[in-house]
Order: sequence, then structure tokens, then C-alpha cells
Amino acid sequence: MKPALIHKIIPHSIVDGPGNRTSIFVQGCNLKCAYCHNPETQQVCSNCGICVEKCPTGSLYFENGEVLWEEEKCDSCGSCIQHCPYHSSPKPKWMTAEEVFKEVEKNIPFIRGITVSGGECTLYPEFLQELFILAQKAQLSCLIDSNGTTDLSQYPKLMEVCSGVMLDVKAWDRKKFKRLTGGENEMVKKNLKFLAHTNKLEEMRIVCIPGEVDVEDILEGIKTTIGDKSRNIKLKLIKFRNHGVKGRLKNTNSPSDEYMKDIQRKALEMGFQHVNIT
Amino acid sequence: MTDVLDLIKSRKLAYEQKVLSLAHAAENSVDVLHIPEKTKYYFEKNAIDHLFEGNAPYRPRYILPDYDKFIENGSEFLQLDPPKDLDELLNSLMILYRHVPSITSFPVYLGNLDKMIEPFIAEYSDDEVRKKLKLFLNYLDRTITDSFCHANLGPEYTRAGRLILEVEKEVQNAIPNLTLKYNPDITPDEMGELALNTSLFCANPAICNHKLNKDTYCCDYGIASCYNILPLGGGAYTLSRIVLPKAAKLAKNIDDFFHTILPDCLQSMGDYMNERVSFLVEESGFFESSFLVKEGLIDKDKFVGMFGIVGLADCTNILLEGTGKRYGHDADADDLADKIMHTISDFVTSFPAKYSPIAEDHFMLHAQVGMDYDKDVTAGVRIPVGDEPENISDHLRHSARFHELIPTGCSDIFSMETTARNNPAAMLDIVKGAFSLGVKYISFYEENSDLVRITGYLVKKSEMEKYRNDQVVLQNTTQLGAPNYDSNKLDQRKVRGV
Ligand code: SF4
Ligand code: SF4
Repeated sequence: MKPALIHKIIPHSIVDGPGNRTSIFVQGCNLKCAYCHNPETQQVCSNCGICVEKCPTGSLYFENGEVLWEEEKCDSCGSCIQHCPYHSSPKPKWMTAEEVFKEVEKNIPFIRGITVSGGECTLYPEFLQELFILAQKAQLSCLIDSNGTTDLSQYPKLMEVCSGVMLDVKAWDRKKFKRLTGGENEMVKKNLKFLAHTNKLEEMRIVCIPGEVDVEDILEGIKTTIGDKSRNIKLKLIKFRNHGVKGRLKNTNSPSDEYMKDIQRKALEMGFQHVNIT
Repeated sequence: MTDVLDLIKSRKLAYEQKVLSLAHAAENSVDVLHIPEKTKYYFEKNAIDHLFEGNAPYRPRYILPDYDKFIENGSEFLQLDPPKDLDELLNSLMILYRHVPSITSFPVYLGNLDKMIEPFIAEYSDDEVRKKLKLFLNYLDRTITDSFCHANLGPEYTRAGRLILEVEKEVQNAIPNLTLKYNPDITPDEMGELALNTSLFCANPAICNHKLNKDTYCCDYGIASCYNILPLGGGAYTLSRIVLPKAAKLAKNIDDFFHTILPDCLQSMGDYMNERVSFLVEESGFFESSFLVKEGLIDKDKFVGMFGIVGLADCTNILLEGTGKRYGHDADADDLADKIMHTISDFVTSFPAKYSPIAEDHFMLHAQVGMDYDKDVTAGVRIPVGDEPENISDHLRHSARFHELIPTGCSDIFSMETTARNNPAAMLDIVKGAFSLGVKYISFYEENSDLVRITGYLVKKSEMEKYRNDQVVLQNTTQLGAPNYDSNKLDQRKVRGV
């Protein structure tokens, strides 16, 4: 039973995959994207204690050097997250797959599946596998939302119980990727190929920011890497919005609708058939 | 007769609204029903409520004509041949609707519209049908000036059904209410999703659990007025209601409620309803003179008496005052509510009702939705607005439990975040789950929608605003809706994200 640090669980979520799903967000990410929309999920809390004093309801306290959170008292004002200098939150809880599944279960039969997101959920592969086994027994489909930096081919048992992966392809050029995320993208490309060939690629996602993200190169790259498979896999073009962003791009504007439509048209011309803008 | 003069001089009522109100005043000038003192006492305390149906019933409250029969035979009385094409069909229906009485004097049921229209549209393009439907629907909206009016769709997919939904989204009318009869085994997901998505643009249609409702009677059913499940080719004679929180307030304690007040109220209301039904059937002459009866569009043997309950939540909370336990949040509270429901249901399913063979000579329970004059009375068995459980799963499980004993209409309403428009499949998942657990009827609207569902009927926020500013408004349900919206704080209805 390997637990995962859980940021939050959304009982009903429309944005994370097909149909109605329970979404589980883990805490902690191995990238530092300049456009992260959930920056408070990036880092695991270091127990520095700065937020404890900023909590107006007294929901946060120290115990044995650890910052703990009393959920009942919290009024979700957001002050703790706002004041955390490390892009973290004092509220995540270590939970086992069984504990998380107990929360998921409450939403059956209103959901058709679960989506685990983050942070980066593949940092907790054993937890994912255990959770998915439980969910599959309840006939729920199990999706992973990932930045693609974990070598998924190393976890065949997890992939067996995983219905599909929604993969971020953040940039194709290595330098661009590095500048945007602080990480390397070789593994993302490997996963792209691996997932497409094992029919586990549920969706590909590109956050579009002119100048920062080489969208056209990404599209070309995907096509060269997975060939004809690209036709039938969903491609989601996400219009960058700076709402909630704390990183370098927090003051960057959204691309225009025309830009997004233009990209969509190019993708369709290249043979992608299921292209959505959000 | 100052009331009458007030009506005549009113600056807020449109002409037609005045005429109807004056007819009501005339009816109330006679006294033909025998009402015992005890019943009068409970009426005075509003523990039971006759909903101002009038002192001398001369037409059934709700009528659901067999429109298929009309389409097949035409009408001798109305001098109409069976329609041969779409124009004739829509025109004939417009004429017939005008002659279907009800408690509001407007038709409360317009038929299974998609199925009625489907055989007539084969030779027309989508655009041609849309144009005709738009005229037809706007005619209905502007002449049936009362939202307690319903048209049904489904459960099968039809081209006509799809086109009606498309037009509905465009015209944004409050009338008629639309309901899709939905059965996941029959209704394609595509149709379910289109219906749900449409409801996030115009609060229509609502979704009825066809599987659970279809065997309510030995004949087919229709959804009429707000969301009343009634026999097709018949309807409801009358609807009275027991106002549970008012009854609870008369009780000294829980024991007194169960042993004296509740049984007294139930008995008084049962007797009163029989009194109404008897007058209507035996003395009013309705069933002897109406062409609807003569031409076989309705049949006396297909009418029921609707035994309404309202405010189960508030009643439970009153009985548990001081314990801190609340309906919809504590198992003990819900168990007590369940006991109240079973007590009522046991009474209703054994009390002999007059002239009700279709209901095996009983009245039938109905979750009444509240009146404009109600304060602190929550619709039917719903959880009070503003006190809804955090997770919609808990809410729907609760609904499923309390819908069970109510056969003639029981519903829930959810206000949704705008983003729900992006994922109709997610909405359908919720509906499927809810229906599989026993929820009988559900409806949605989008949080910023001008059209909002008050208790079962639709009203436009913009029209309510006019009414509040003392302007004459077209639809008389706006006059019911505005105070209801305000006093029940419906703007605080919990908004659900999916
Ligand atoms: S959100 Fe954070 S700061 Fe605000 S009450 Fe909750 S724990 Fe305290
Ligand atoms: S959440 Fe941030 S501020 Fe609070 S203790 Fe953790 S690292 Fe420090």
C-alpha cells in the first residue's frame, strides 16, 4: 500500500476526460512549467510554517515539526496558498488507494470513470496501479493525465489497468521545452510512441502560446512519431490563459481566436481528425 | 363584492387575466360542497389546502386528451377533418388546444408532440419544418399565457423531436414546458445529450424516467402541467395538498403529530377531495356535455384525484427542532421523513376514492411544488434551497429514496455552471445514474439563464422584473413566479458544476 499525497478530489468533473468523472489531483510535480495553472500543486510542502500565521481561521497548526490542516475549520479563503513562497499548499493529505477509492465510490453510479491528474500523478505509479485495480472492479474507466516524463513502458501492470493517458506535448524543440518547463522532453516523445502503439493514447494536449510553444513543430513531430495513428486520436488545442498562473508567463496574453482557429485548420490539413479548441 | 371591483379596476392584470379572475370570483359566490367544521379548521390553519380550485368544480383540474385519436378522426364538434399534411395538423392542434379546459382554463397537456408531428414531415427539409414549428411554438407561447402547460417528447429518437429541440433553443419560450421521456435502453445517447444540452440554454426540456413512470397506469401516461404523471385520455379531477410544516406546527410533539394531527388532516383532505370529485362527476354535467368525452378523447374512468404533499423537509425539521438534525443531512432526520411518507402513503393507498377505477379506487400521491403564498414550505420532498448537500451524488441518492412512494409526479431541479454546456455526456451520466437509483424526474437550467424553473414551471427573470415594477405582463405564471422566486430565495439554489 503505497500512499500518494492528494491535493484534492473533485467528485464530479467535466473537464478531465469523457463523460462525468471523479478527478483526483496529486501533489507534487517534476516540472516547473512557466504557465502552470495549478502552481500550488507543484511542490510538496516543506513545513516552513509561513502559512500557519496567515490562516485567519486557525485551521493550520504545527505538530512534530509538520504543518497540519483541520479541514472542518477551513473556509477555503486561499490565504495559505497565496502566501506560500514555494508554490505549495499545507492541505494535501497522504492517502492510500483504498482511502481514495472510498471517496470515488460515493459517486457511483453517476460517473463513468476516474481521472488522476496533478501535479504529476505518474510520480506515484504503485498508488495508481492499486487505485485502478479497485476502480476497474467497479467498471470505471481509469485515465491518467500526464506530462509524459515518466517512462510508462516500465510499468506494464499499471498500463494494463489504465484505460488511457492524456498526454501533454508541451514543446517539440528540446530547448523550447527546457525553457518552458525546466525539464527534458525525450521521454515525452518516447511515451508518445509507446502509448500510441499500445492504444493507450487517449488524448494529446498542446497549450498554445505564440513564440513560446512551437505548435507547428509539435504537430509535425507527432505525425512523424506515430504516423497514421494520429488521425484517430483526440487532439486538444488549449488556449493559454494567464488566470492563476504564477510563473514567468503570468503577464502573457492569450492568443487570439483567429490564431487558435488557424492552428486548428493546420492540424486538420495535416490529417488530425479530432481537433478541439478549449 | 369589493374583490370583484378590485379585479375590474386592476392595473396589473391583462384583460384575459381579469376575465378568468372574474369567472373564479363568480364560482366562489356559490357554496355547494359540504365541508365539516374540523376540515374548515385545518383549512384555516393551512395544514390542508384546496389550492383555490374554486367552490364549485365544473371541469377537471388537468385534462390529457388522446391527441392521436383526434389526429386520426378529426373532430365533429370542431368541424375538422383528419389533418392530411403538416399545415393542417398544426392548425387543427391550435384549434383543439383552445378547447381543452383545465383549472387555469388553458390546456395543460399538448401531447407527445414529436410523435404526433413525425409522420407529417417526411417531404419537408429541416429548414422548412423549423420555420413551421417556430410559428406554431410562438403561437402557443403567446396565447397559452400560463406556464402550467406541457408537451412531451420521446422516448424514441425522432427527427421531429430533434427539430423541436433546435427551435426551442432558438425561440427561448417559457411555454410549453417540454419533457423528454428518457429510457437509456430506447433513447439514443445522442438524443439524451441534445436534450440536456438544450436545457442549459433554455431550461427545457426536463427529463422523465420513462422506465419508472411508464407502468403507473394500465394505459399510457403523459406529463402535464408542471411534471404531473397522469393517464393519457384522462387526467386529474382535482389536487389538494397537505402542508406538512403547518400540520407539524399544530402538533404538541412527534407523537401527537403521528397519532392525531396527521391522521386527522389526511382524513379531512380525503373526504374533501371525494366531495369535489362527486360534485364534478355527478352534478356539474362536465362529463355529459364535453365534446372531448363524446368524441372519445377523454374518458371519465381515466381520471384520478391527486393527493398532494408539500414541505416534507420543513415538517421534519420542525419535528426535530432543538436536536440540530436536518432533512437531507442526518440519517435520523431522513428516517423520520421516511416514516411520515410511509404513513401518508399507507393512508392514500387504502382510503377509498370516488370514481377512480384507473387508480384502483384510490387517490394518488403527488409531490406538490408550492404556491406563491408559501413561506418556509419546500416543494414536495425536495431539500430546501440553500441547504443542498455539497456533493450532487448525495443529493440524488436522497431524491431517489423519497421519489419512491410518489406516483403522480415528483421532481428535482438543478442549476448548473455554464461550463456544463461543454460536456453533455457528463450530464447524461448523472441522469443515467440518478434514474438507475430511482429518481423519477429531473431538470436543469444554466445558472445565468433568463428562463428559470420556479418549482416546476418556467418563468423569465426579465418578465419577473417587469412585474415587480408594476407592469402588465403576458403570462400569469409570472405573477406566481415572482413572489415564489423571492420568498423561496430561488436565486440561492446551489449551482452545480459537473
Ligand atoms: S484556505 Fe488556508 S488560510 Fe484559508 S482558512 Fe483554509 S487553511 Fe486557512
Ligand atoms: S504550504 Fe508552503 S508556506 Fe505552508 S508550510 Fe508548506 S511550504 Fe510552508
